[in-house]
Amino acid sequence: MAAAGNRRRSLVTAALAAPAALWLGVFLVLPFIAMLVFAFGRRAPEGGYTPAFTFEQFLNLPARSAAFLNTLMLAPAGALLCLLVAYPVAYYLAVRASPRHRLVLVSLIVVPFWTSLLVRTYAWMYILGSRGLPNLLEMIGISDVRILNTPAAVLIGIVYGYLPLMIMPIYVSLEKLDRRLLDASADLGARPMSTFFGVTLPLSMPGVMTGTALVTILLLGEYLIPQLLGGGKVFFIGNALVDLFLQSRNWPFGSAIAVTLVLVVVVVLTVAMRIAWRFAGTRRVDLV
Amino acid sequence: MRALVSAVYLFLYAPIALVVLFSFNAGRNASEFTGFSAAWYAKAFSNTFLIQALQNSLIIAFTSATLAAVFGTMAALAIERMGPRMRVVFDGLFAAAIVVPGVVIGIATLVALAAVFSVLNPAVASLWPGDSPPQFGLGYASIIAAHGLFSMAVVTMIVRARIASLGRDIVEASGDLYATPWGTFRQVVLPQIMPSILAGFLLAFTFSFDDFIVAFFVAGSKSTLPIYVFASIRRGVTPEVNAVATTVLVASLFLIFAARLLMREKSRTGQGDT
Repeated sequence: MAAAGNRRRSLVTAALAAPAALWLGVFLVLPFIAMLVFAFGRRAPEGGYTPAFTFEQFLNLPARSAAFLNTLMLAPAGALLCLLVAYPVAYYLAVRASPRHRLVLVSLIVVPFWTSLLVRTYAWMYILGSRGLPNLLEMIGISDVRILNTPAAVLIGIVYGYLPLMIMPIYVSLEKLDRRLLDASADLGARPMSTFFGVTLPLSMPGVMTGTALVTILLLGEYLIPQLLGGGKVFFIGNALVDLFLQSRNWPFGSAIAVTLVLVVVVVLTVAMRIAWRFAGTRRVDLV
Repeated sequence: MRALVSAVYLFLYAPIALVVLFSFNAGRNASEFTGFSAAWYAKAFSNTFLIQALQNSLIIAFTSATLAAVFGTMAALAIERMGPRMRVVFDGLFAAAIVVPGVVIGIATLVALAAVFSVLNPAVASLWPGDSPPQFGLGYASIIAAHGLFSMAVVTMIVRARIASLGRDIVEASGDLYATPWGTFRQVVLPQIMPSILAGFLLAFTFSFDDFIVAFFVAGSKSTLPIYVFASIRRGVTPEVNAVATTVLVASLFLIFAARLLMREKSRTGQGDT
């Protein structure tokens, strides 16, 4: 009786999991295997794929080192810049803003994130283009300023695009913060600055870590922002991939780069989680 | 501090406002506003390519989000019932579906499907009795599949978080009161997790509707609205692009506000049921 019940139960579980398992198998696992096979293969003369087992695609990676270098410099730099802008906003929303307005103010941060990144990045093409900001600067006497197609333009686009994603986790961790701790710190004679650095900042560290890791990881695979605001001069790994797959049709080399990008993401994620755990660990100890 | 925060809000909204403003510009010049006109909208929407792209985007977003909501919820329920070993496998795969960059998902899907089609199409052709065998290729199905992957992972994550916060006691109470497992699910669990499923659906819809990079690889000859906008931008910044961009913007804004209203409504009735 019990055995029959158990079998029925596990049958139901299997039936519930089946569609998702099939989907993950066919559209995640299988494509990854295919990509790995391509990465160790050779390019056919007309641009296809020839079966082989060779490391030459991976040995050829330095040919695209500029894309890797740009990505590995600008992604963390962009994330840090985001953090610098995001923290004061998150702090204001969680600690200073009146509860009456808080919900509206938070929604106003979230809403742009839900709208097309393509359109939002395009807006900056418009602003930074020669008829936008440089045109205005010329009117006040500063001429020959070129922003579009420079790393600065890409960084502006990154901060603009990913700011909401950085603000939200920090806001959440600051909102959970027990106000009595701040009062206690003040009552014990701490100045506002030392309360901030001694209490608020350490306690918001999980949010800071989550936001920074999230933004960095998403930026590692970014394509649109460098494409539209870097104009082919500032390009990321994503741009190299589009070029290799859709223009020069070198699929094996492109697959090798994609596999490497996944490895980079895994490494960044592992390091971020290690650091996050350490912060979470000390936080628990401090509170107890 | 207030000034700084206000500046950030201005930074977030001014660029969007500018695009909207210039979409109504009468003149062609992108740096001066010469008068109000809806002519660029008329021009953009008399373009059959744009209408087709919009239609494709809506079909793809709706289908992938629906499938993701149903299968994702089923997976979330299944994971709760699984042994620890299977659970780790699913957790890992879903995490991969979220963390792996879209550009890689697009490439991997393209490579795999190209390999499958190169075997499948000749095989079908040789077995086909008639003269014109069906040709399998990239299109709706491949975009829906690739979008559904990320969407399903997101739905599963949101629904699981909700299930975890439910607490087992109400489910056990329902069992003690002689409800069947299906009755417990339909009358106790489902009403409680419905807002999360709906939130997952809307998130999935918006993701699919706004996604450019995944679709760019697996769309084949099909066009979606973001692909159309991207191609227009490449041809040059014109007020017509502004009109299309504004349309995309308004569509997603409408979705978010609908989502927020619906969520508030649903969570209220959800509470009323318990």
